[in-house]
Amino acid sequence: MSRKLTTIAASLLTATLLASGCSTGDGDGGDGVIDYWLWDSAQQPGYQRCADRFQEENPELKVRITQYGWDDYWSKLTAGFIADQGPDVFTNHLGKYAQFVDLNVLVPLNDLEATSDLDADEFADGLAAIWQGQDGLQYGAPKDWDTIAYFYNTDLTDEAGITAEQLADMEWNPDDGGTFEQIIAHLTVDQNGVRGDEPGFDKDNVALYGLASEGGGGGNFGQTQWGAYVYSMPDWTLLDQNPWGTHFNMDDPGFQKTIEWYFGLAEKGYMPSMSDVSTNSGEYQQVAAGNAVLGMNGSWMTSLHASLPDFNLGIAPTPVGPSGHRASPFNGLADSVSRFSDDPESAAKWVAFMASDECQSLIGEAGVVFPARQSGMDAALAAKEEAGIDVSAFTVHLEEGTTVMQPVTSNGADITALTEPAFDAIYIGSSPASSLTDLNEQVNRLLELTTD
Amino acid sequence: MTSSEASTGRLARPGRNIGDLKLAMVMIAPALVGFLVFLLWPTLRGIWLSFTDFNLLTEPTFVGLNNYIRMFGDPVFWNAAWVTIQYVVINIGVQTVMALLIAVLMQRLTRSTFVRSIVLTPYLVSNVVAALIFMWILDTQLGVGNQILGWMGIDAIPFLSQESTVIPTIALINVWRHMGYTALLIFAGLQTIPETVYEAGRVDGASEWSMFWRITMPLLRPILALVLIMTVIGSFQVFDTVAVTTAGGPVNSSRVLQLYIYDMAFGRFQFGYASALSVALLIILLIITVIQYRMTRAGETDLN
Repeated sequence: MSRKLTTIAASLLTATLLASGCSTGDGDGGDGVIDYWLWDSAQQPGYQRCADRFQEENPELKVRITQYGWDDYWSKLTAGFIADQGPDVFTNHLGKYAQFVDLNVLVPLNDLEATSDLDADEFADGLAAIWQGQDGLQYGAPKDWDTIAYFYNTDLTDEAGITAEQLADMEWNPDDGGTFEQIIAHLTVDQNGVRGDEPGFDKDNVALYGLASEGGGGGNFGQTQWGAYVYSMPDWTLLDQNPWGTHFNMDDPGFQKTIEWYFGLAEKGYMPSMSDVSTNSGEYQQVAAGNAVLGMNGSWMTSLHASLPDFNLGIAPTPVGPSGHRASPFNGLADSVSRFSDDPESAAKWVAFMASDECQSLIGEAGVVFPARQSGMDAALAAKEEAGIDVSAFTVHLEEGTTVMQPVTSNGADITALTEPAFDAIYIGSSPASSLTDLNEQVNRLLELTTD
Repeated sequence: MTSSEASTGRLARPGRNIGDLKLAMVMIAPALVGFLVFLLWPTLRGIWLSFTDFNLLTEPTFVGLNNYIRMFGDPVFWNAAWVTIQYVVINIGVQTVMALLIAVLMQRLTRSTFVRSIVLTPYLVSNVVAALIFMWILDTQLGVGNQILGWMGIDAIPFLSQESTVIPTIALINVWRHMGYTALLIFAGLQTIPETVYEAGRVDGASEWSMFWRITMPLLRPILALVLIMTVIGSFQVFDTVAVTTAGGPVNSSRVLQLYIYDMAFGRFQFGYASALSVALLIILLIITVIQYRMTRAGETDLN
């Protein structure tokens, strides 16, 4: 009796352990279901339309789209790779994909039939090349791109007597900030109603900041913080080469001077200080709540700003810098196929479809992002025009060739673990901008160790 | 020896003894298997992984003491250890005093079950929810906490976003949540002190104050020691509140050990190094527990 009980108990336990330890996916192996993950809820309807169209053309396949918020997305993806589960295809990010290449969890698109003939020239400038690994293989099919500009409420600029033309013609320099700093100073209002450029301005009690803040920016190389400024300095690049840079140039005095000037705006009271920006309050919250006027953010945020109630949206381009031109960090998402996909060939078909004119036009019509293909771009511009939103502040960078691709290096997570606190410390004021020289050495040592 | 055992009759019924043994094994088996599979094996494997380079997706490679050498030279680790200790000192210090006060009040003033339930309510809120709610309360722009300060003429304090206040704030959020639970544990300990001792005290004309120090505290010591050991271990493992409210910032001012370990493993895929950090935490906890146990003589009671 008791022996029987033990046997039953033991076998039950073993069975449970085996079941929980060794299951692969929820039975989607070979049944024609392609699991697709994305993080932007605003884009899910567009991709659902693509999926519907894809299923019409490939009746034997079914696409299941799952959306997770940004933070959950990456931890779930990580867990999925570890557990040999997760999506077949997922939206990939420049800041993350190098690590996935290092970990060997992506299938090169060249190895899959449907995506083997992906033509880099069909996508906007440089978007395909950035997704090439150091081995020359393609790890992502470009889906969209983004640049940076300032969102603002025209009611607030009108009140300050600042015109759209003035905002479009701003210039900055790291010495006195140029017309850009003059404008944000004028847009800043303290609690007594005194503007930032008027005598008696109380910088410790500001009611309305001229410039919103997205934090220190160390985690994303200043994409929505200081990137537009440092990239419009003459003769300076963040990396020796991009993608797959081996050496950062954050020890450059010009770079450090610009960073010092940028975070100095908080000290002058024109931008919220680090302690005023809690973890859950970024540009969008500050501008939406009417606490800041100019809010630097990416083109993917356009429709969110446009849908704010009682908000007359204006969009101004980044200012012209000492190099004589504007600049904007340039970023593009792509779709990647997971190494753990049960059916990588079918997954590649879906990737190829998302990178096609057909799907990208649908995405363009959905009007959330700028698709990577020209046909999609045309659809997106038409959609924006119909909605009455002037997006030229974003597209000007493509026309003038003033985009700078977001950095791609190996060991991305280890590097941002160093850069994030370092830039926060400068923002807080506990370290000077010259501390970036030390940071630069640490980061470069890390890259040297891994590229050998 | 044999005579005494024979006289108790223990050897007289060997058959029944073995029968008990079988049943006992069956009863113990689930717990034993659980212990081996879910506690002992992961611990041993974790210690083994701390000597390897491991990213979960490829096989671990043995690297000797490299992870430990790196740890000793890692300023973020030392900072994390220091930040964690600050947290524990504030959290346990305030929490124990408050819990003791509440427990004694419950013991000496009212024994109402209603009051006891009320005291326990914060513990029913999950850590993450409590952290989220306090994050909103303390927000400089929208938080009701800072609005109240404003009415009192005090400027908004960025509790969770400046280096000097972030650890005390997080420590106190968790005091709020755990205080009632700890109070209840101590209260249970107070129940074991016989009322006669207090009666004797009163007969001798002792005040409440001196009875607290001369009767309650000495007799409560074993329970208090146990509560302290448990809460200190729990306190060292603080993670969720930090992850929700600050994610370790600003800069590294709230990057506690557990958060650093988590980030190293699941953010940076360095499971070998993360295991070494975990072993370090294990050793810290072992040392502290042994010291506490010795200092408070938790195994003995003065009630006899």
